[in-house]
Amino acid sequence: MTMTLTFAREEIQQTISMIHDENLDIRTVTMGISLLDCVSEDINVLEQKIYDKIVKNAGKLVSVGEQMSARYGIPIINKRVSVTPIGIVAANMNSEKMVRIAKALDRAAREVGVNFIGGFSALVQKGFTIGDLALIEAIPQALSETEFICSSVNIGTTKAGINMDAVLKMGEVVLKCAQLTADKDGIAAAKLVVFCNAPEDNPFMAGSFHGVGEPECVINVGVSGPGVVAKVVKKYPEADFSELSNLIKQTAFKITRMGELIGRAASKELNVPFGIIDLSLAPTPAIGDSVAEILENMGLERCGTHGTTAALALLNDAVKKGGAMASSHVGGLSGAFIPVSEDAGMVKAVEVGALTLDKLEAMTCVCSVGLDMIALPGDVSAETISAIIADEAAIGMINKKTTAVRVIPAIGKKAGDRVEFGGLLGGAPVMAIHPFSSKMFVKRGGRIPAPIISLSN
Amino acid sequence: MALPKEESNRAIITVLGRDQIGIIAWVSGRLAEYNVNILDISQTIINEFFTMIMVVDINPTNLELVALSRMLEDEGRDKGLQVKVQHEDIFTFMHRI
Repeated sequence: MTMTLTFAREEIQQTISMIHDENLDIRTVTMGISLLDCVSEDINVLEQKIYDKIVKNAGKLVSVGEQMSARYGIPIINKRVSVTPIGIVAANMNSEKMVRIAKALDRAAREVGVNFIGGFSALVQKGFTIGDLALIEAIPQALSETEFICSSVNIGTTKAGINMDAVLKMGEVVLKCAQLTADKDGIAAAKLVVFCNAPEDNPFMAGSFHGVGEPECVINVGVSGPGVVAKVVKKYPEADFSELSNLIKQTAFKITRMGELIGRAASKELNVPFGIIDLSLAPTPAIGDSVAEILENMGLERCGTHGTTAALALLNDAVKKGGAMASSHVGGLSGAFIPVSEDAGMVKAVEVGALTLDKLEAMTCVCSVGLDMIALPGDVSAETISAIIADEAAIGMINKKTTAVRVIPAIGKKAGDRVEFGGLLGGAPVMAIHPFSSKMFVKRGGRIPAPIISLSN
Repeated sequence: MALPKEESNRAIITVLGRDQIGIIAWVSGRLAEYNVNILDISQTIINEFFTMIMVVDINPTNLELVALSRMLEDEGRDKGLQVKVQHEDIFTFMHRI
């Protein structure tokens, strides 16, 4: 029997170099767990059932993740859990009990060794249930007194319109989160996302939750790899836009295949169905792992200058086209992320005055998610935060896409000062906001009706 | 979509570093000790820089791939060599449909 190398030397070297030199990694393996069967009228029973179910299902998640990482020689950065929105599971609890549930979730996360647990969430696009109101009221205390909890609130959809009462409320909640954790640069606000069109299978934090249409338990995988794309874009400065798009597609395909491999292998090992790959380009504060750098490599002097939106549109579309071919099931957010504090290139662009909040808003029209990890001046009013949320939600609602707001009021700081969140969350300069009031607008109350494009039946 | 064989248990060992006497003897000796069969070796030296790619069958051994990987990586580091042991599926998935 004759054996030959089944791979070209270049292919093997390319894979190794993508992982070791260009920061290719699996950003997250997230286990979604339904808590619908934990419902109880007794808070003690509910806490215990939630804790037990998470520990039972996710007990092996971290060790299997580490095993997969060693077997294939690719880092898996985060292992995480998402659960059914607690506003639904604990609909009969008051806000004090909601905080107790957050602490039970936190204990379960600590026990299984994951670094975040998402799903302290409510879906209120059309109005509040009693449970939703209790949960939203509990968010600031829950996030400031726990370590691993992430929270999200969906305040609008293309089908339902925007719940402006919820938008108003969330402005206050974001501000309160920052105030309660002012000594840590408002870290609680960095664990809270306000969504329009929230996906139910997103593996990325802080917005991950396990939707009610999801199975009992599922594995979702988020890939990364801005560094790999940045490198290939840099290598071909003469490529025209068609060629550039093809180069990014080919690279996105390879990145996504890594997620597909890990997803299938982890699913088999854990005996849990494989849900989706989220083929997002998720930057980290590490040098060379930046979405802004990709845009600059396309020929922009600094991210944020004229042409940035077009560059991002091309990037986002090419990533989806290449990634969609590589996986059986694509879902979640799937697109380029443009967080500020988590991306060294974005931070630099803000520092030199190239990138403003208004430009970031425009960029969110053509990529996944929205205004993400942005530090605002500490004297920002709750109503201004609400107005920022309303603008993003409007973009999401009209364009039938997910948008989100994760802003962090930097208490006691002003535009140009710096905040540090540490780790993957990074640090960033505080960005300037418009000084003019939106108060009378956001206080009108009621709902912005669903757009005409929602009548698609 | 062509899936890799369920039972595929081949690993790719790559060794990179400054050329020195006995690299292949060391790797193949270790593999023999652990009953790992070598299926293919490809080696080049460019400007005294040594690159080896080896395909091995890890079926006959009880040793976990992870443990093998750790041992070779640690011993390689002492010799100034970067050694990687990776299940072949990572290359199959990235480069083959």
